[in-house]
Amino acid sequence: MEKTIQHNSNKVIIAENLTKRFGNFKAVDNISFEVERGEIFGFLGANGAGKTTAMRMLCGLSIPTGGKGLVAGYDIGKQTELVKKNIGYMSQKFSLYDDLKVWENIELFGGIYGMKDQEIKEKTDELMRALDFESERNKLVGSLPLGFKQKLAFSVSIFHNPQVVFLDEPTGGVDPITRRQFWELIYDATSRGITVFVTTHYMDEAEYCNRVSVMVDGKIEALDSPKNLKKQFNANSMDEVFQQLARKAKRGD
Amino acid sequence: MIKYLLRKEFKQILRNGFLPKMIFIFPLNVLLIFPWAASYEIKNLNLSVIDNDHSTYSQQLTQKIISSNYFKLTDVSPNYNKALKSIEKGESDIILEIPPHFEKDLVNRQGGKIMISANAVNGMKGSIGMTYLSSIISDYNGQVVQDLMPTGAGTNSTPTIQINSQYRFNPHLNYRVFMVPALMVMILTLLCGFLPAVSIVTEKERGTMEQINVSPVSKSMFILAKLIPYWIIGFIVISIGFLVAWAVYGLIPAGYFASIYLFAAIYILAISGLGLVISNYAATLQQAMFIVFFFMMLFIMLSGLYTPIDSMPEWAKWIAAFNPLKHFMIVMRSIYLKGSNPLQLMNQLMALVGFAVFFNTWAVLSYHKKN
Repeated sequence: MEKTIQHNSNKVIIAENLTKRFGNFKAVDNISFEVERGEIFGFLGANGAGKTTAMRMLCGLSIPTGGKGLVAGYDIGKQTELVKKNIGYMSQKFSLYDDLKVWENIELFGGIYGMKDQEIKEKTDELMRALDFESERNKLVGSLPLGFKQKLAFSVSIFHNPQVVFLDEPTGGVDPITRRQFWELIYDATSRGITVFVTTHYMDEAEYCNRVSVMVDGKIEALDSPKNLKKQFNANSMDEVFQQLARKAKRGD
Repeated sequence: MIKYLLRKEFKQILRNGFLPKMIFIFPLNVLLIFPWAASYEIKNLNLSVIDNDHSTYSQQLTQKIISSNYFKLTDVSPNYNKALKSIEKGESDIILEIPPHFEKDLVNRQGGKIMISANAVNGMKGSIGMTYLSSIISDYNGQVVQDLMPTGAGTNSTPTIQINSQYRFNPHLNYRVFMVPALMVMILTLLCGFLPAVSIVTEKERGTMEQINVSPVSKSMFILAKLIPYWIIGFIVISIGFLVAWAVYGLIPAGYFASIYLFAAIYILAISGLGLVISNYAATLQQAMFIVFFFMMLFIMLSGLYTPIDSMPEWAKWIAAFNPLKHFMIVMRSIYLKGSNPLQLMNQLMALVGFAVFFNTWAVLSYHKKN
């Protein structure tokens, strides 16, 4: 039942029967979903459910073995370079350069995405003010505390104004106050029209998303707004929803 | 775009407190210390003498050997077993045994018999010691023959061939002249081949590589940005090498600097290609270092740096033929000592170009692996 994908400017991510197979193992098994422009889309699932693999395919880091995907209007199987130009990505592992200063990291990544020197300079000033980072501007990134680093990494990942940003467990190991500030940054980004695709293990964060999908054993088992999901599963919190779904998982850590 | 990546690389290299210092200290050390310390000339061999004759001749012989400066008398033993003990203890390297009636036999024209036995645990040291000692003894023999010759018989009674030997291109067989150009090759190999490889694997380990991979930076651009700084460093370092060779050893290439730079450029390309191949297959720094070590050992052993390729067994010659280090060493020594030009070094030129194409193609093919 192959459907043709219609490019729709309001749909920033379209996945259709997306599959990734490693030998006999289906890490991602026929998943289909769509993400609207400006949406915060939560991508939940237990460890090993296939979230990271799915995300890597959407970012053009991994080629799907089946199905189709469009990100920012480009085919993730064939137009990976165009996909990459239009997305931002922040991985689980902190991946700015520790031995470069704050402004140097910003300059590097701005430059990589084709921004001009003048534009980089202006936006850097703006960002430093917004984050209240002026005094850290000339510090080596490696010397900053983790919370700082995560906020910076997020800001760098959306510095070039991508259509969509992928966040892979961005708040792991971060204190509640910083997590709160982090989510404020996310909301701020969506208000500028950036779509946010985020994986997380914190169920309170799932509540902040517009819509949430829960992956179990490579398949999407549920997809709706947190409110509707709670109603559907007769639960008080997203945590209960997640527990009910994840209990069905056959493959674990 | 590459401007930003290059800026990053240079900042990272310069900011690394260790690397810039090493980049200059390492070649200086290699060029200033190795040529003086590592030498084929064997001196200070420890000699154990068993003198069973205790005659004037036997003492003269011993004296002559010691005054040659190649030997130090460290042990005088009454018999062979005692002398062997001193070799076992590491006190001597070579035994000279003078039989009883040595003087008498010589005078009576019966010829003397002398036994030398050398510790050949280090084969080279043993055989060279043996050669030195034999030549001193035969020299002494000549003297004795002269002395015992009845006066008036004329010195031309035994026809001898006089050998007039001449060493071309390195007239004084100066070991350093031979080593310095080859050491420059080793330095280039480490700086331009293996440093960028290690730097790429470090990015893999830290996860910054993945951040670059999701960006529009193409692989080739990323690699180029990694290599260019080390190429520049390579050229600076080889120029420092020329300076040191001239200032310390009085060495100036007999050929053109331009030919050296030409060959160096091709060599750097080839060896950095190999470094990239290594970085593609190594997932961690540990793996990368181990592979680098393996290649370094293989390359140096089979490069002709110490032992001539021509005297290696056939199979080893074949391996050496696939060793870029060997070819560039031939080039450096030829240009420095003989003043060869690129036309005379066509074989090496072709080989190095071949390596450059081969390794870089392999690097590109093995790189583009998305899973």
